Amino acid sequence: MSQTGTLMGFVHRRRRGAELFLLVLALMVGIGAYAAVGLGVEGVVPADLVGYGGWLTALIVGAHVTVRLVAPYADPVLLPLVAALNGLGLAVIRRLDLTYEANGLDQHTFARQQLTWMTLGVILFVATLFLLRDHRVLQRFTYTAGLLGIVLLILPFLPVIGREINGARIWINVVGFSFQPGEVAKVLLVIAFSGYLVLHRDALALAGNRILFIDLPRGRDLGPILAMFGVSMMILVLQNDLGSSLLFFGLFLAMLYVATERPGWLVVGGLLFGAGALAAYTLVGNVQRRFDIWLHPMDYYPGTSFQPVEAMFGMGWGGLIGRGLGNGFPERVPFAYSDFILSTVGEELGLTAVMAIVLCYGLIVERALRIALISRDGFGKLMALGLGAIIALQVFVVVGGVTGLIPLTGLTTPFLSYGGSSLVANWVVIALLLRISDQARRPAPRLEPVDDSVADSESTQVVKLR
Amino acid sequence: MSELTLFLIRVAFLAILWIFVLSAISVIRSDMFGARVPETARGNAPAPSGRKSNGKPRKPRRGAPTHLLVVEGENPGVRAELADAPLLIGRGSDAAIKLDDDYVSTRHARVAASGDEWFVEDLGSTNGTYVGPVRITQPTTIGIGVQVRVGKTILELRK
Repeated sequence: MSQTGTLMGFVHRRRRGAELFLLVLALMVGIGAYAAVGLGVEGVVPADLVGYGGWLTALIVGAHVTVRLVAPYADPVLLPLVAALNGLGLAVIRRLDLTYEANGLDQHTFARQQLTWMTLGVILFVATLFLLRDHRVLQRFTYTAGLLGIVLLILPFLPVIGREINGARIWINVVGFSFQPGEVAKVLLVIAFSGYLVLHRDALALAGNRILFIDLPRGRDLGPILAMFGVSMMILVLQNDLGSSLLFFGLFLAMLYVATERPGWLVVGGLLFGAGALAAYTLVGNVQRRFDIWLHPMDYYPGTSFQPVEAMFGMGWGGLIGRGLGNGFPERVPFAYSDFILSTVGEELGLTAVMAIVLCYGLIVERALRIALISRDGFGKLMALGLGAIIALQVFVVVGGVTGLIPLTGLTTPFLSYGGSSLVANWVVIALLLRISDQARRPAPRLEPVDDSVADSESTQVVKLR
Repeated sequence: MSELTLFLIRVAFLAILWIFVLSAISVIRSDMFGARVPETARGNAPAPSGRKSNGKPRKPRRGAPTHLLVVEGENPGVRAELADAPLLIGRGSDAAIKLDDDYVSTRHARVAASGDEWFVEDLGSTNGTYVGPVRITQPTTIGIGVQVRVGKTILELRK
């Protein structure tokens, strides 16, 4: 795993200037979209454009300065991509807010709440980069992270703080704020999986008995991780959260495959997924209904398939370049501001913008995999891979669901759709990725040759870091 | 607000969005190919880039190390020529320096060159690799006479 990409004949440049340039463009996307929303819906440039733009700029500049200070070698593309997606998402949510307000709906301050959550996300991003100077520290908390992740997943079952919203019991309510602890749990489980797998990957890959075509590892090597995985899956199934269980399953499989370098795991995982899907289809009525809606959406149109069919109508009407912000009817789709935000984009900005957004996610995942490739330590590799896999799977499940490629499951579109917990957790994910990439791209520290006489265990040694 | 203005706004916004995406891609492209060879690797003679020179046996410069020698441990005197780099150290049969040390992992560490410098890299061993008194966590440069400890064995680069 650590064979290639470690001793390359070049050093990475810092590229902070390139990051600043891209951030300016990203801000133009975010603030430009906000202005276009005002012009399209109300016919005037929004009155609070300067205040809003200033706030967004301050957040982004704060994040950029932090990266310059504490992670100077970090990847230059990740932060701008995230800033652009977040800014565009805010503008689209604002556009829906304006229509909800005009239609006299109670809830029409999603954009303001989202901006608050983004502020919290950026603060946590800055705090993560400042406090966590070396991601390998997290390896010490392998089991703590796993336990904490599972506890967070259980929290919604607790009687007082647990909440059931829209049929899924995945919320907790603390002092008036509702929060999805599962979003944080997935980051913790990535840390736990990578910490465990990096220590036991040799045992998992080499020691074991061959059953049929697959080398099964010994129970004591696989046990702890299987327990961690099984418990989290069970909780998610009990919570009736199909999207997240799919996400965790894919994440677990990807990390196991990369850690052990055994394609057999993909076969096992594929079979397990098939069996699980079949069982869910026959046993759970909800799943069967979703399959039917997916296969024959028009048969159920004014009824249960209202949401996906309206989204398809909207995207079809939007066509190549869309109706223009404020000139479509995206509010017809229920939850257009969260799960179905991509259909809003498709209706008002067209396929052109949807392709750009999907490409942005592709680039984020590419950067995560790149970080995994060039990272010098196994823990960082696995963690970067896991974090990238989370984003990739989440985007695939959501975009596939909204566009009708796969049956619909509820997950938030990272950074784009309304959802505080997801936004905050994803900003921390980006901070962790930047921290790993800073370590990976930094030139290797140099040790001066030591004399035998001074190289006893008592002498301390100065390690140059630049 | 006329229809045409709105159309122009929409097209302008889509253009900005794509300019952003394409700039991001171009930064990634330049990041991939635009990195420099480190100052130290240039040295006196302009060194070829590390990747190319890794495979070929190089003519040793004066004062450059030629072999890796076990100086202490179960198998003292075992040596491997640096011309065969990268060298694998471990208990496995594919290791260039095969050690019978119980505290050494099957694939324990690796010695490889980058430019004119030699690096030792731990391959995720159980007991770690030490350069001097320091346990290394990433590829570390070693010079002639620097003691690299794996398990109970000590290795050195020699001329």
